[in-house]
Amino acid sequence: MSDSPTTAHTSPLARPHRAGSDVSFFIVMGGLGGSFILLIVAMLAADLAFTSPKHFVAALSKPEIQRAIQLTLVSCSISALLSIWVATPLGYLLSRFSFRGRWLIDTLIDIPVVLPPLVIGLSLLILFHLPLGDTNLERIMQDSFGLRVTYAEPAVVLAQFSVACAFAVQTMRVTFDQIDTRAEQVALTLGCRRSRVFLEIALPQAWRGIVAALTIAWARSLGEFGPILVFAGATRMRTEVLSTTVFLELSVGQLEAAVAVSLLMVLAAMAVLGVVRLVGTKVIR
Amino acid sequence: MIELHDITIRSGPFALTNVDLSIPENTYAVLMGGTGQGKTTILEAICGLRAVTSGRVLLNGSDMTCWKPGDRGVGYVPQDLALFPMMTVRGHLEFALRVRHCSTAMIKERVAELAHVLGIESLLARRVTNLSGGESQRVALGRALSFRPRVLLMDEPLNALDESTRDRLCELLRSVQKQTGLTTLHVTHSRVEARNLAEKLFVLESGQLREQPLTQLNPLPTENTKT
Repeated sequence: MSDSPTTAHTSPLARPHRAGSDVSFFIVMGGLGGSFILLIVAMLAADLAFTSPKHFVAALSKPEIQRAIQLTLVSCSISALLSIWVATPLGYLLSRFSFRGRWLIDTLIDIPVVLPPLVIGLSLLILFHLPLGDTNLERIMQDSFGLRVTYAEPAVVLAQFSVACAFAVQTMRVTFDQIDTRAEQVALTLGCRRSRVFLEIALPQAWRGIVAALTIAWARSLGEFGPILVFAGATRMRTEVLSTTVFLELSVGQLEAAVAVSLLMVLAAMAVLGVVRLVGTKVIR
Repeated sequence: MIELHDITIRSGPFALTNVDLSIPENTYAVLMGGTGQGKTTILEAICGLRAVTSGRVLLNGSDMTCWKPGDRGVGYVPQDLALFPMMTVRGHLEFALRVRHCSTAMIKERVAELAHVLGIESLLARRVTNLSGGESQRVALGRALSFRPRVLLMDEPLNALDESTRDRLCELLRSVQKQTGLTTLHVTHSRVEARNLAEKLFVLESGQLREQPLTQLNPLPTENTKT
């Protein structure tokens, strides 16, 4: 290449290069992402502006709402623990092994995620009342275990679990996908059975994912409404959880109580997510 | 003794066909070859982590082609070491012994012996995530030797180490092999490493595994390394 002195002088490569400012990058990215944050903050601020401590106290002093808080905390916790119990082995199997028909299992697991929640509730209702000869699943549960499911507390947990577990499985699968399998392979050469490899090598590394899956399952359970309404009903002092409280209070025109309970759910969710994440971080360290 | 008879391994588009190998007992063998030739695949086939399409894998005369990895008694040091991130150094040395239900006293004695031989006594209580490259290599070697394996397989164990650490570890590998009499197969790219350690040399090129004389490892005129 033989550049003349003039062209060499004007060539971009001949001039000192400056990368320029990153301000526009942060304005665009922050602006787009921030709009969502702004929406959430605006909604919460509107709720806060609408209600007052008086409404909170009035709502919390109602025995039905106290009972709903209690049932919500218990059912969400049971549902989240059950979800982890099931999602951890399932996520591990799906992550580590290829087998015929895996696509079908993948699709089945995603069904609760994509279906309208009401359909989950309806399907559970039909499952428990579908005639099996001269009986049905509901009657079998009552006769064998003395457990009434439909329109009772177990229905709340089952409805929450049906959706929450699908999210927990997805989280656990991604968790195990991200863990290198080499250490597990070496453990196999050291004389281990698969069960020991899972318990002593894979599971300790999956702590962060387990905490995340637990959090997601708990939060999904807290927000579940449609399946609970159909399968467990919304009977006050019996199957009422906070999400149904909001619906029940709204349906009788008690907007202030509905907003107070909504904010309570926000606080409960934030507290649980915060605590679980904090504990999770410490566990990792 | 490690023997491969007419081994064929297929994995997607990659294939190794009709591979034969024989390493006599108590021999330190080195396997060399270019990247992507299938050296790691051969090691994985010997330790049972990769199924062979056809052929036989014999260890100390027993046909182990269909045996599970854990039943073969192979000490394996993979290229990436694959240490257990949530375990201490002591946990690594104890792991295979606990799997075999050894007594506490026996485990303690074996861990002390290994830690002494490998020079990692001061590291026993440490987690492996903060170890240096050389220390990690010693732990991986200790883990592989802990249960007194039939044979030892090492996949580029001294890769990515500085020269002095590599020389020290070469010395260690040689003395460990002398003490234990283990039949060893060591994969490497380094002619210096091979020259220091090999009693037998195998080269994998274009899918063909051949034994080569050790004179192949004599320093090249252009080679400027200490031996």
